[in-house]
Amino acid sequence: MPIPYQIVVCGSVVPDPLQTLEPITTPAGPALKNELMLPAVLDPWAGHALFEAANLAKQHPGSKVWLVSVGPKAKLQQVMMTVAQKVPFELIALDGPASGFAESAEIAAALAGAIQAIPGLDQSRLFVFGGWESASRGAGTTMQMVGELLGITDQFQGVDQLTVRPDGSFQALERVEGGKHQVSACSALPALLGWATGNLPEPPNNPQVGMLNMRTVMPALQRAKPVKVANDGVAFASVSLPKQRRATKIVKDLSPDAIAQEIVEWIGKE
Amino acid sequence: MNVDIVCVGFGPAMGGFLTTLSKQLLKEDGTPAVESVAAPGMPPQVICYERADDLGFGVSGVVTPARGIKASFPQLDPTQIPMAAPVKQERVAYLLDPIGASRRSLTLRSADALIRTCRWALPYEYQAVNLPWVPPFLRKHDGLVLSMGQFMQWVGAQVMSSGTVQVWPSTPVASPLLEGDRVVGVRLIDQGTDKQGAPADGFMPGMDIRAALTVVGDGPVGTIGRQLDEHFGLPEGNHQHDWAIGMKFVIDLPPGADLEPGTVFHTFGYPEPEIFGFMYVHPGRIASLGIFVPSWFDNPVRTAYRYLQHWMMHPYLWRYLEGATLRSWGAKTLQESGRRGEPHLAGNGYVRIGEGSGSTNVLTGSGVDEAWATGTQLAEGVLELLKSGRAFTKENLEQAYVRRRRTSWVEHEGRVAERARDGFQRGVVTGLIGMGLTGLTGGRINLRGRSMPPYRRLPTVERYYEGRIPPAEIAKLRVECAKKGASLSGALMDQAGWPAIPFDGKLLVSHQDALLMGGKVQAPAGYADHVIFLHPAVCQQCDVRICIDACSGQAITPGPEGVPAFDREKCVYCGACLWNCSKPSPTNPERSVVDFRAGAGGLHSAEN
Repeated sequence: MPIPYQIVVCGSVVPDPLQTLEPITTPAGPALKNELMLPAVLDPWAGHALFEAANLAKQHPGSKVWLVSVGPKAKLQQVMMTVAQKVPFELIALDGPASGFAESAEIAAALAGAIQAIPGLDQSRLFVFGGWESASRGAGTTMQMVGELLGITDQFQGVDQLTVRPDGSFQALERVEGGKHQVSACSALPALLGWATGNLPEPPNNPQVGMLNMRTVMPALQRAKPVKVANDGVAFASVSLPKQRRATKIVKDLSPDAIAQEIVEWIGKE
Repeated sequence: MNVDIVCVGFGPAMGGFLTTLSKQLLKEDGTPAVESVAAPGMPPQVICYERADDLGFGVSGVVTPARGIKASFPQLDPTQIPMAAPVKQERVAYLLDPIGASRRSLTLRSADALIRTCRWALPYEYQAVNLPWVPPFLRKHDGLVLSMGQFMQWVGAQVMSSGTVQVWPSTPVASPLLEGDRVVGVRLIDQGTDKQGAPADGFMPGMDIRAALTVVGDGPVGTIGRQLDEHFGLPEGNHQHDWAIGMKFVIDLPPGADLEPGTVFHTFGYPEPEIFGFMYVHPGRIASLGIFVPSWFDNPVRTAYRYLQHWMMHPYLWRYLEGATLRSWGAKTLQESGRRGEPHLAGNGYVRIGEGSGSTNVLTGSGVDEAWATGTQLAEGVLELLKSGRAFTKENLEQAYVRRRRTSWVEHEGRVAERARDGFQRGVVTGLIGMGLTGLTGGRINLRGRSMPPYRRLPTVERYYEGRIPPAEIAKLRVECAKKGASLSGALMDQAGWPAIPFDGKLLVSHQDALLMGGKVQAPAGYADHVIFLHPAVCQQCDVRICIDACSGQAITPGPEGVPAFDREKCVYCGACLWNCSKPSPTNPERSVVDFRAGAGGLHSAEN
């Protein structure tokens, strides 16, 4: 009989990937210029984790998915109107920063606290999912600390595939150097998986799923607890964006090989 | 799926509707003020579907009197809305042609010469004349400068936090559900299809959303509104012949550009006399600026983007803009027929609000405020019907909504404006005089002009450039451009004397870079193409193909066998192709051979 899993996904909002980001210094520390005006999306790595969680839950009747998010409440509300149409989940919202300039230990503590407060959590059926890092600006440390705070010692980062077995054990494929995967077997839960891309496409929008999710999303946002991130003891030596250079060229009827060759030459100019 | 009210499109009209409605669906104790039929025991289930990938994507920056908006939010504090500022000063300027490439009539050339001769006696600066006073009908005194994207995001947050209304972005609506002449809901777009709409991986057929009332506020080129117009026709005497494309930049002003937030510029006269310009200054050294290219600008190879760049470089504006940086870019169709473009406002099970319902005032150039007001009027009517337990029949909706609208300032001022722009059908100078007469006499005196579908206005390229570019030269350019796959409009503008744009990589960028850097245009996979050339044989015979030059995103290009090709990944959903087409549909002479259907993706900027 399939195990009904409890899958908690940690994930928050990031600026829509195509936006132009400009770091600025404020009295409270570094920030992104006009961040609240930028369109936001669910962090793509966390999105993969959520879709994998929903897929796992679908295959194991009785399973449940929670999405735990720390972010500005207004932005969370906005992003949830897109995410909530994708897959069923229950939202646990925490009203706090999602700027990328928050100390990851403090964010991890807030997430772990929210997970521990979920009623009826059963460690023997518990998967904690998240992105292995934030797609735009994460330190790649948050999920690891969430696991440590929850006492979960079986952790896997950069996961592309999860195969669960009827006896409760599972196999995880983690990304390693050279485009290869490390294959790990784990005999029992709880476990924490920081997902890379996984293998699932983004689910289509389903209005019925959206309606179902909204029964919990809006109440969760209304009772979202504030999370204060003091960044005590953290000093930002410098903040910069990755160097980028853009060149646009319109070509027609060029072969893929020729396009690849041009790109290689262009990169070589750097 | 069954709901009580399904809404199509989240623009200012729907913002007004949902803001007003959501405040009154619950009593103070949290119990339903009215009970849902679709979900007994609950308040009415109200769902709004928005095509764009997020709220506020793809709408435009405005200056608005904001009467309707302020009525909905009496305590409105503009500082709470990003990029909002009270209007502080307004200027209207006539721009002369500083480079001599503009296609000006003898009358205008004479006027220009006179202005230059007498400039010492005029409020002349930087090759422009400031109008000594702004006509009252154009003033937006006490109004607001807004980024509609930011404003709609703010409104979305307000209405959704009420918990009584759901607004779902990224969900295009494909068609109305019709049972005879009754609208019983909408069908959402198919997902998981190939470009032709055939089922592919992950196919999910568009779901039917059935509702007692369908509220259509999908704008001037919205697919549901147009399908209803196809089915029901327009009221006798009404037409939708007049359009414009608005193309704009949002920029960071350079250091030293000394402009107060709330400053509003309107320009006319350049780059072509038919093209109007605007610049609105937001807080934080941000400005929205752009041009309107109307359908009565009879250039058969009109392209807004290059004209926009020449307009920005006019000395009157360039003194503020040199050194600025592009933040966002976008384009949008405007329905310029105004009150005379009004469709049937209500029928059994459906109502129309906003710009697509003919609410825009074509005299004052105001659309957002009017659209918002029609939404609030509908909400009051819907609440009246819900509370009295009356059905959403045509008769009841006429009484509860249309009657409110007919007795409101939207209707009164729309009637005054109705014929304000008729004169433009005969030329720019006649049009400007006509607008002035209409505005100053409260609509009692108007200049006449016969409005025609855009395709009937368009001359040949040879005719348009008569006396400026010889036909043989045009023929040569045609062949060269076809060979290179290059834009004919660009080549003709070069030939007509327009200088090359000196790209600086910041503000003056290529059209494609504007798409990527400013519009951040995206097209998710799994959806069918939404621009369709319905009659390929007609396209093959077409020697104008204005759809290619007029496409705001360069998404339409020369295609195989003479039929234009469409690239969904560049489309910004402006809808210019729909009305710029130079050929009438063989089945409906009021429509063109281009169809503009529901589709996903588009602009990813909320600053427009």
